[in-house]
Amino acid sequence: MWNRIWSFRISYLFIAPFLSCFVLFIVVPIFMAIGLSFTYYNGIEPPRFIGWDNFQYLISQDLLFLKHALPNTFKFAVIVGPGGYAMSFLLAWLISRLGRRLQKWVALAMYTPSLTAGVAMTIIWQPLLSGDRIGYLNSLLLKLGWIDVPKLWVTDPALLMKSMIAVTLWSSMGVGFLAMLAGILNVDPVLYEAGRIDGIRNSFQELWHITIPCMKPQMLFGAVMAVVTTFKAGAIGVELSGVNPTPEYAGHLIVNHINDYGFIRFEMGYAAAVSVFLLLMMYAANKLSWGLFGSKGE
Amino acid sequence: MKGRRLAARFSFNALMIGLSVFMVLPVVYMFNHAFKPYHELFVYPPAFFVKDPSLHNVAELFWVTAQSVVPVSRYLFNSLIVTCLGVIGVTAASALCAYALSKHPFPGRGLLFSFIILMLMFTPEAVQIPRYLIVSRLGIMNTYWGHLLPLMALPVGVFLLKQFMDQIPDALIEAARIDGAGEWRVFSRIALPVCMPAVVTVAILAFQNAWSNVETSALFMQDDEMKTFPFFLTTLTSNLANNVARQGAAAVAALILLVPNLVFFILLQRKVISTMAHSGIKE
Repeated sequence: MWNRIWSFRISYLFIAPFLSCFVLFIVVPIFMAIGLSFTYYNGIEPPRFIGWDNFQYLISQDLLFLKHALPNTFKFAVIVGPGGYAMSFLLAWLISRLGRRLQKWVALAMYTPSLTAGVAMTIIWQPLLSGDRIGYLNSLLLKLGWIDVPKLWVTDPALLMKSMIAVTLWSSMGVGFLAMLAGILNVDPVLYEAGRIDGIRNSFQELWHITIPCMKPQMLFGAVMAVVTTFKAGAIGVELSGVNPTPEYAGHLIVNHINDYGFIRFEMGYAAAVSVFLLLMMYAANKLSWGLFGSKGE
Repeated sequence: MKGRRLAARFSFNALMIGLSVFMVLPVVYMFNHAFKPYHELFVYPPAFFVKDPSLHNVAELFWVTAQSVVPVSRYLFNSLIVTCLGVIGVTAASALCAYALSKHPFPGRGLLFSFIILMLMFTPEAVQIPRYLIVSRLGIMNTYWGHLLPLMALPVGVFLLKQFMDQIPDALIEAARIDGAGEWRVFSRIALPVCMPAVVTVAILAFQNAWSNVETSALFMQDDEMKTFPFFLTTLTSNLANNVARQGAAAVAALILLVPNLVFFILLQRKVISTMAHSGIKE
């Protein structure tokens, strides 16, 4: 065994720089967080071990979590995850069919929204979606006569979730999109010629029988990224509505719940427990997408 | 027949251009907003485009920043260093690791890869305190290492590069080895150039991460002199955005944060949209 490891010493040298940072700043902190999830810890006193209490409370008594955070996250994830993924793939495919010169600019246009995280998000969307008639969207819709009274896009609990989903979908063409675009463009053109000879007639057959099988690794990457970014989303509701927590908890996602407990109520142990729960949910969602997109034997 | 083809082509292009315009509208709005004078910022009916562009907001932002104790150039300098070194470091470390993960069957590689995927899923919010403890234990608080090292651990980069390197035919690597190329040569002369689109994508990602990173400044830097420019801007704008008075300055600040990302993407984009076919690789 040791001989085998020694014979791969160069490989270990290759992974060393990443691995050391990865272990120090990601693996160890996460294990510490998992450890904290079994304690009561307020950031001042030393953590006190309380066993499964945090998890029990989470799935049986935490009404905010059960009534708002969990269903909201589900609703958000079910639409934004697959929706954003499908959009990224479809747009990447359509872009790959454009002429070279146009390709560049359209790809830029699709990618730009994903750059507007944080402050830019607030600056852009608060005035656009503002609830009075000064809001740009309201003003436009009123002028067109599609609505009679200004709608409270981000402060009405019934509409906030829809706005969140729309804005997130708008900004979902991120790194997964870039990877899939590169993947599609990487498919060997000879394969398409061979396909044509073998009787492939339209572009959809081409997509299904040649493009997709050739870019499985990128499809898988896109899928995992879609799951991860969707479940990790949290700031968006607060950014759009400008209040924390969001009106009637309509935009309260699991990540907001973690922030709420971790940095407002200072119950770090409980916040860690919620993160572990979120990790398990993501893991399950990932298994699902792995099953769909991962090739057998991997 | 040919005319119909042309018409279809034309309408497809037109459709895609239309969609692109729709996607960038909010960003175009941001550019306009940043240059609107006060009387246009709150006018009714709201105007999308600026009528009478002025640099007043920019001047106001400069005026606000001039009040800061530490000169702004210091923040800019910090950001520049962290971003440059961050992009190089992250891309190199990710590529090295991904290459070994993809092409070397070393013991523990399956475990490492599944760990990378798993850790990708943990929310950063919950690990802030443990991270803080580790950084202080390492004694790299208030140093550039404290900015850089946490950035270096970018599991997404390794994952992305590994997916692309999996597509390099093993035969190609084998052939190079038979020709006497060492691992370093195989990596730098074959694996990297063939996966250029992925390498560039990781560089773009690393740039965004490093440039807009405010977390390390907020948590690990107590010295104001060690904080970065985006952190400085966010401290300004967090008090600005919600009130009427400094809306314009906040818009300019957001624009300053966004533009370098855009520029870097435009500079490198050509490489993303280049294909492996050019390097003559075939299965």
